[in-house]
Amino acid sequence: MSEQELNPVFEGVSPTAGSAKPDAILTADKVTRRFGGLTAVNVDHLEIQRGVITGLIGPNGAGKTTFFNLMTGFDTPNEGTWNFDGIDVGKLPAHVVARKGMVRTFQLTKALSRLSVIDNMKLGAMQQTGESFFKAFVKGLWSAEEKAIEQRADELLERFKLSHMREEFAGTLSGGQRKLLEMARALMTDPKLIMLDEPMAGVNPALTQSLLGHVKSLRDEGRTVVFVEHDMDVVRDISDWVVVMAEGSVIAEGSHASIGANQAVIDAYLGTSHDQALDFNEEDGEDA
Amino acid sequence: MDWAGILSESARQFVGIQAMYFAIAAIGLNIHFGFTGLLNFGHAGFLAVGAYGLGVTVFWLEWPWWVGIIVGLLASIVFALILGIPTLRLRADYLAIVTIAAAEIVRISVRTTALADVTGGSNGLNGFNRDFTALNPYNDSFLGFRPDQLWPLTVGWIIVLLSVGVTYLLMRSPWGRVLKAVREDEDAARALGKNAYSIKMQSLILGGIFGALAGMIWVLAQGSIQPSPQDFGAPKTFFIWVAMILGGTGRLWGPVIGSMIFSALLQFTDLTLRGAVSAGYIPEWLMDGVQVGQMRFILMGLGLMLLMVFRPQGIFGDRREMALDV
Repeated sequence: MSEQELNPVFEGVSPTAGSAKPDAILTADKVTRRFGGLTAVNVDHLEIQRGVITGLIGPNGAGKTTFFNLMTGFDTPNEGTWNFDGIDVGKLPAHVVARKGMVRTFQLTKALSRLSVIDNMKLGAMQQTGESFFKAFVKGLWSAEEKAIEQRADELLERFKLSHMREEFAGTLSGGQRKLLEMARALMTDPKLIMLDEPMAGVNPALTQSLLGHVKSLRDEGRTVVFVEHDMDVVRDISDWVVVMAEGSVIAEGSHASIGANQAVIDAYLGTSHDQALDFNEEDGEDA
Repeated sequence: MDWAGILSESARQFVGIQAMYFAIAAIGLNIHFGFTGLLNFGHAGFLAVGAYGLGVTVFWLEWPWWVGIIVGLLASIVFALILGIPTLRLRADYLAIVTIAAAEIVRISVRTTALADVTGGSNGLNGFNRDFTALNPYNDSFLGFRPDQLWPLTVGWIIVLLSVGVTYLLMRSPWGRVLKAVREDEDAARALGKNAYSIKMQSLILGGIFGALAGMIWVLAQGSIQPSPQDFGAPKTFFIWVAMILGGTGRLWGPVIGSMIFSALLQFTDLTLRGAVSAGYIPEWLMDGVQVGQMRFILMGLGLMLLMVFRPQGIFGDRREMALDV
């Protein structure tokens, strides 16, 4: 895979942790989440640029998924504020955050097994009239809307090559197909920002290429994508900007080229100071 | 042994009082568990709240029976809110614990002597159904049911059909889809902008209303309310569960057919065993007439185990669903 050019919107953006972006869709400030004595997330400042693909990487336990959970309302921070598209979403429950346009997928895919694929898709449409208890009784009130939703769902199924599974239970899909379904279902919500938690995990290489294509097409539609990924080839291939987390904090940001050369990132992944001689005489010697 | 008598008597139980009110109660439980995945182990509590709402209104407040019906329904809504507000934000098992305890709290509270003036204490209530029976249009027996049984049966089976109708209308709608999505994975539903807490509460209330309706039509047919464990305790809850599972959870007609078969089978095993004991087919040292009552439940339990092994989806269920890794 060839090294990509830096996306022009990042011209002049300093490749340092917490740097300001020309047009941030998500801005987080001093977000801290502690589990007992462990500080899982401690993000001082982070801005996510609108309309591009941002890759979030970091070693296991870096707090990437916890950060996702916090941003999308699935977890509550000990402190901190964040702002999505001009709205303070810090105190909002998960379903309200989703309605504002920040929609996530899960690391462990959540296909709704005993619902058909098409029902999974139709569920994704936001603010349906027929979802209100009393209106649900009168089909006339929501049948037209339902038809429109179904058409949109079918278009997306077509695009994600799942049309042939339309009537099957989602539980019968393969792991990769579930990833596709989850992404397609998230698109039914028409999100401004879509947060993908390890979209390629457990997907076979052939399907990875098509998933990558889908993620890129999201950007081309003008959506913002943030994704967590461990596969560096994938990160290099599709992300316009990379954010590196380690031990709960953002330690570096930048293009892949600058990240690859960043000493803090290398330290986070490989451990620090392997090439220095151990000095037993010094009292505050470094831990491995 | 009188096989013709046993078979006709059992067959009548397909449409008897028990099948009727079990069907209504199981429709409610099916909305809770079958469609929403709520573990309600205190459904008898909803029956009790409905029955006592009606009984107390008529007996203590001396208001008309139809006001009692409204009070019973409102009480079931309040009961659902009390159960749901603290537990529905938590994991599913918490609701199970709270419902099983709350149902017992209701049953034990109404039988305390301190409340004897209101609820009749441990004697229960009776006489509250006079105005209801006065409306009885039937004069003759039919299919072996007395006129005073035919009237609540007619009303009850109409309620069953209406309940199935309500369930049908709701489950084909986007509302029903959200319900099922919450059953499958609550977090996935929330990530798609669905208010899981609110929809679970709506489900708990709706199913609870069906439970209360079942309790009310049952005590109207019976003419008395007894705060005994058999009537409003955990055994009642689990019989309703059995009826629902027998028919197939998450299926429109499952709870109705399940309740009919459950009631008929219970009657059939009872009469067969009793007949066999009195005819001497079952020797006295093995089982006597008194033990038949327990034995039929042992047989029902065995039958349920076999059902779970060979047809876990129930009569109406879809085998494919059970094969899925949920």
